[in-house]
Amino acid sequence: MARKITVGMAEYRVSNDPEDVLCVLGLGSCVGVCLYDPVRRIGGMVHVLLPERIPGQSNPFKFADTAVPALLAEVEKAGASRRNIIAKISGGAKMFSGADTLFDIGKRNADAVREALKNLGIPLKGEDIGGNRGRSIFFYIVDGKLEVRALGKDVVVI
Amino acid sequence: MVLFEDLNEMQLDALKEIGNIGAGNAATALSKMVGKRVNMEVPLVRVIPLKEVPEWLGGPEKEVLGVYLSVFGALTGHILFVMTIDDALKIMRILLGDMAPSRDQILEMDELASSAMGEIGNILSSSYLAALADFTGLHLNHSVPSIAVDMAGAIVDIVLIEISQHSDYALLIETVFVEEEDRITGYFMLIPDTGSLEIILQALGVV
Repeated sequence: MARKITVGMAEYRVSNDPEDVLCVLGLGSCVGVCLYDPVRRIGGMVHVLLPERIPGQSNPFKFADTAVPALLAEVEKAGASRRNIIAKISGGAKMFSGADTLFDIGKRNADAVREALKNLGIPLKGEDIGGNRGRSIFFYIVDGKLEVRALGKDVVVI
Repeated sequence: MVLFEDLNEMQLDALKEIGNIGAGNAATALSKMVGKRVNMEVPLVRVIPLKEVPEWLGGPEKEVLGVYLSVFGALTGHILFVMTIDDALKIMRILLGDMAPSRDQILEMDELASSAMGEIGNILSSSYLAALADFTGLHLNHSVPSIAVDMAGAIVDIVLIEISQHSDYALLIETVFVEEEDRITGYFMLIPDTGSLEIILQALGVV
């Protein structure tokens, strides 16, 4: 029986239990980043809010530029091998059209995550990013599948 | 810099009073629109951790309507007004009767639903903002509201992102509008930019 583990804002979870499903419910402009070692079946997810770390704030999991390396360190600590690790990402929606809020923070978050992955040399194997709908995402530790659900839309599997 | 979590009882009371008057203004505005009396109940004003906000709305996947606008003038920030789709339907039926959009129309945000909700959002937000302006004597303006219908978690995300740049708490004002049998709960959030909370407290004389 699958066990759903919710990853809160600015939090991360790592698992090597094939029963586990890491999830974020109601993801808007934030981005969920999943790292996975398909050989050892170890995966981790982080729920980032902002593209770049704000000086003085200590939680690395809140910001794309620090969260991606921090999550990588955690999945490696759990036994994942760097050369196997792949990434899948989702989120980064623009929830309020026309709002001048933070210059489309969703897109900036997604760009910052891609940049951080590139810098670390982690291949991005799949993404479901942007648009104007919120998502719930489910990351299956058993096979690394990322399932994306949005209101009034078909389920996307990446 | 003053943060929500640092506010004392007196400061919270002052903000709560603004919430009260704002809700009163909103109820009066709704009464005028429907031509019958709409009452409101004393709002709850709480400072709560950011991540609990979606729980207050019924969980992160609850279908809600969000109205979001920017405040500018003597201070800057944002306003988010949220209600569940069920309550949005009730308010539409009160205001528009048989003309009210259906649940599906609201979920799809067709033209009728989005213009009706935009108007309601505008009226309610202006009511709260007028109370804030009256109490503080500050000159405040706001942008045209933008509307979204989606999961509570996704709607609240953007606000949490804005606040999270300087705090991990939100000021939540809960208001219940009562019209005959119907009870409609609205959650109003004022999110001042860095430094703007101080301007409010100073203007209120409760620094």
